[in-house]
Amino acid sequence: MTANQEFRLPGGGSVNRSRPLTFTFEGRNYTGFEGDTLASALMANGVRLVGRSFKYHRPRGIIGAGVEESNALVQLGTGEHSIPNVRATEIPLFDGLVASAVNCWPNVKFDIGAVNNLASRFLSAGFYYKTFMWPDWHLFEGFIRKAAGLGKMPNLPDPDRYETRFAHCDVLVIGGGAAGIAAALAAGQSGARVMLVEQDSELGGALNYDIVSIDGKRSDAWVSGSKEALKALPEAQILTSTAAVGYFDHNSIALVERRTWNPTELSKPGAFACRLWQVRAKKVILATGALERPIAFGGNDRPGVMLASAARAYIGRYAVAPGRVGALFTNNDEAYRTALMLTSAGVEVAAVVDSRVGRNPLAERLEASGVAVHSGAVVCDTRGGASLKGIQVREASGATRWIACDLLAVSGGYNPTVHLFCQSGGKVAYDDAAACFRPGPANQSLVCAGALNGYSDVTKALAEGHDAGIRSALDAGYVSKAAAPATLPSLAQRPIEALWSVSGGKNKAFVDFQNDVSVGDIELAQRESFISVEHLKRYTTLGMAADQGKTSNVNALAIMSSLTGKTIEETGTTRYRFPFTPVPLGAFRGAARGERFRPLRRMPAHDRHVAFNAEFEEFGGWLRPAYYPRPGETPHMAEQREALQVRNSAGVFEGSPLGKIEVKGPDAGKFLDLIYANTMSTLKVGRCRYGLMLGENGVIIDDGVTARLADDHFLVGTTGGGADRIAAWLEEWLQCEWLHLNVIVAPVTTSWGVLTLSGPAAREVLRAAGTSFSIEPDDFPHMTFKSGQVAGIDARVYRVSFTGDVSYEINVPAGRTGELWDALFEAGAPFGIAPVGIDAWMVLRTEKGFLHVGVDTDGTTNPLDVGWGHVMRKNCDFVGKRSLMRPNDAAPDRLQLVGLRAADEKSALPIGAHIAGGTGSIGFVTSSSFSPTLGRGVALGMLVGGSKRLGEQVTIQTDGGARLATVVESAAFDPAGDRLNA
Amino acid sequence: MLLINCPWCGPRDEHEFRCGGQSHIQRPEPAEQISDETWGDYLYGRENPRGAHAERWVHQFGCGRWFNMLRSTVTHEILAVYEMGQPKPGVGIAKGEKA
Repeated sequence: MTANQEFRLPGGGSVNRSRPLTFTFEGRNYTGFEGDTLASALMANGVRLVGRSFKYHRPRGIIGAGVEESNALVQLGTGEHSIPNVRATEIPLFDGLVASAVNCWPNVKFDIGAVNNLASRFLSAGFYYKTFMWPDWHLFEGFIRKAAGLGKMPNLPDPDRYETRFAHCDVLVIGGGAAGIAAALAAGQSGARVMLVEQDSELGGALNYDIVSIDGKRSDAWVSGSKEALKALPEAQILTSTAAVGYFDHNSIALVERRTWNPTELSKPGAFACRLWQVRAKKVILATGALERPIAFGGNDRPGVMLASAARAYIGRYAVAPGRVGALFTNNDEAYRTALMLTSAGVEVAAVVDSRVGRNPLAERLEASGVAVHSGAVVCDTRGGASLKGIQVREASGATRWIACDLLAVSGGYNPTVHLFCQSGGKVAYDDAAACFRPGPANQSLVCAGALNGYSDVTKALAEGHDAGIRSALDAGYVSKAAAPATLPSLAQRPIEALWSVSGGKNKAFVDFQNDVSVGDIELAQRESFISVEHLKRYTTLGMAADQGKTSNVNALAIMSSLTGKTIEETGTTRYRFPFTPVPLGAFRGAARGERFRPLRRMPAHDRHVAFNAEFEEFGGWLRPAYYPRPGETPHMAEQREALQVRNSAGVFEGSPLGKIEVKGPDAGKFLDLIYANTMSTLKVGRCRYGLMLGENGVIIDDGVTARLADDHFLVGTTGGGADRIAAWLEEWLQCEWLHLNVIVAPVTTSWGVLTLSGPAAREVLRAAGTSFSIEPDDFPHMTFKSGQVAGIDARVYRVSFTGDVSYEINVPAGRTGELWDALFEAGAPFGIAPVGIDAWMVLRTEKGFLHVGVDTDGTTNPLDVGWGHVMRKNCDFVGKRSLMRPNDAAPDRLQLVGLRAADEKSALPIGAHIAGGTGSIGFVTSSSFSPTLGRGVALGMLVGGSKRLGEQVTIQTDGGARLATVVESAAFDPAGDRLNA
Repeated sequence: MLLINCPWCGPRDEHEFRCGGQSHIQRPEPAEQISDETWGDYLYGRENPRGAHAERWVHQFGCGRWFNMLRSTVTHEILAVYEMGQPKPGVGIAKGEKA
């Protein structure tokens, strides 16, 4: 099988030749080795065409060897495991890997969409916006969106597991190349807690293929030795295949660790795909290195053109020849390594094209081995179909000639990977001599080391990394005595001479390969005044998509600066944003999926409801019974039966989520007077009062019943949804505004289970269940409170009612709610007692016209709108009072609460239906039910000037046409309250 | 993600806190003597400084205590943490911001 790997070099590299792996790309089977990436394995098999470009569907090949790759995006896996747009350079090869090219149909070699390439002169920047404006962009949008996009989203739920983790460390080193390893070793040996993070699957960076001597060892051996040394340190941790994607405030860094792409591995118990780390570091050492950048020239996107450093990585690390006949196009000395490496790997080097004039020692060394070096020359065009066949070289003299080759290694210099530095708030400065943006002053507690600082000198990187490690450990309180790595001084280099683009080629010269943005598009943007880099980006889509312009941004702004005559520094960069590299959404959710994403709370008597066949629904985060269907019953039938049960006998409703807040202290009454729109300090001990709470803008935020337990002790009731919110609200007022009030607030909502017994037989049932206090009407009238025992359980009992019939809200310790439930059902058996769900509960309160805050009210409703004008007579201040004094708060044309009685009474009005006025809506239905007691619909609504419109006829617009209704008092059932007070 | 030094619990992650907006806003009272303008300013008028901003925060998923914090809106540096009821400290201007 290995015979198929025709581009595999006979020796060298760190792939494991004894572990062949089979994989499938575009439906064909291939073999690679353990230690390969998908990209290196494809290259070993001579597969050069790996994708089609975004807009023109041009053939594209591998240009990089890591995170910078902009062309080799693949659809990895099939079915539910399928992942779109993964860089082939970052997928470690595994047995059975299946991948295909993106953005092509029916396949990468014969792609229908390539017709766009023929029409490319019409598809320039801004083409869509200019062409599809008339009559309306939306007519075209659907079609265009279908044609756009790269990979395919799987339409099945992601079966993979993800994790999240928090970590703290003294020194976080980001980047595991020369500088990063030296830094981690130096800091780690001090005993400080050190984390070393590397996005590649292996530490070492360029040390793995640009071999130098460190501490007397080959650099790749030094890397493995350092890894072992770090592993031996108890406080040091190495994370490989882990990308630092975000640098946030106060040295908070987000990492994404990729465990595996392999579905077989993922199906094992406990396996997970990604882990999101949130790390807080005392000191950060950024050793993020630099990414080589291409040069824009005609046909520079043809498969076979790649970055010079990537060519070295394929030869040195993966033992793969990136071509048979190579050429080099450079503006710097660093790239000469590629020519030397190609030669030593047995690949013929047809030409070295150096844009700089003059001789240099490296060129002479190459010429001595028979390589033609063209000084002061440029590559201006390429030829070949889906694979490079030749390059057009323009000599310093201006003469052009074609040179045959199937590989062109290109280097336009290096861009320091300043992304995280910029995210941290640091500013970059353009260095003319080094032709790159380098980190300037830092804004957080961090140090930059190595190639990030704008040079490519391994000796300097090791020394700088070492120094950064020592200093950072010291800042974190640790002293390191580690010795610096020993290296030979680097040879002096000829300086780089900036070269961003070459004109004169017939083919398009691409700047952004992934988004198909050419030099011509930048020129067009400049002509059309999209000059600012941020405008340029949005007009041409340059630097968008999965690679976020890692190889294109700096080239583009340099080209723009040459067009506008501004300096590169003045032109500036676009903003570097989180994340540095794409992150699967699953990594953000971690294990928070389904109910773990939003846990639902179960009430203390949950299992009793289950036993009664409750149909549960979510209300404010609680699972609550909506109704308890009996055999043959529809939901509506169950609701109506349960409502009648309360009216005719007695029912039990669990109200445990109702908010319960203890308010205690000498100033408790004074405090509640400020909090409630009505007065609480005059409440007698043992009595209850209904109250409204307002925000400072006068809007109703909650309501409930408060009981006075003692002179200095109140028990405040809130709505279920307001339990946490109101407790926090009270604390905020006490701690931030009224610090002089001597009051404590304790939320006790979940300490107590609440069962509400309601109906004309409620008193009989409670009596049968047994109480330690008298419940006769004179002893325990409506709106009073008792502490004692019910059925032998310690209880707090309110006699209040949300149904309009006699009700006891019995609070017992939450753990004994089920016991109370059983006692009530036993005592109520002779009365045919039954459980009542929320649906029936809402029918009962709508019959009574009781307000439901958040249902009948919204973010504009004030107490005057619901008939609470009396609060304005209160002679002390309260939250929201001043707002109610604004003229608009008492305006006669506000929406006010009314009852609505439909002319056709046999069906309930639809909730949300609008009340029609002369020119539009004058209100809407907020609550509506069919009342089984009255045999007709009952409804509440908000109506403009409603309080003055009693008896008026209004028209209500419904899906089934207009319906007439009369404005009535809100209480439809027992308006005098005889049953309530019975 | 800020690292906030809760006066009661020590340095904790921003996740545990909630910001309550600008601090040192005096509630005007009694209601009957407050003009519409003064009340409107109290309800809606907020500073938007480039530089030091006094805010109140609560350690919601911790001790539950409110406290004041002086934070640079430019660098997000926390310049001071102090208790409710204490005056805004006069601290130096942080780097990168205007007075």
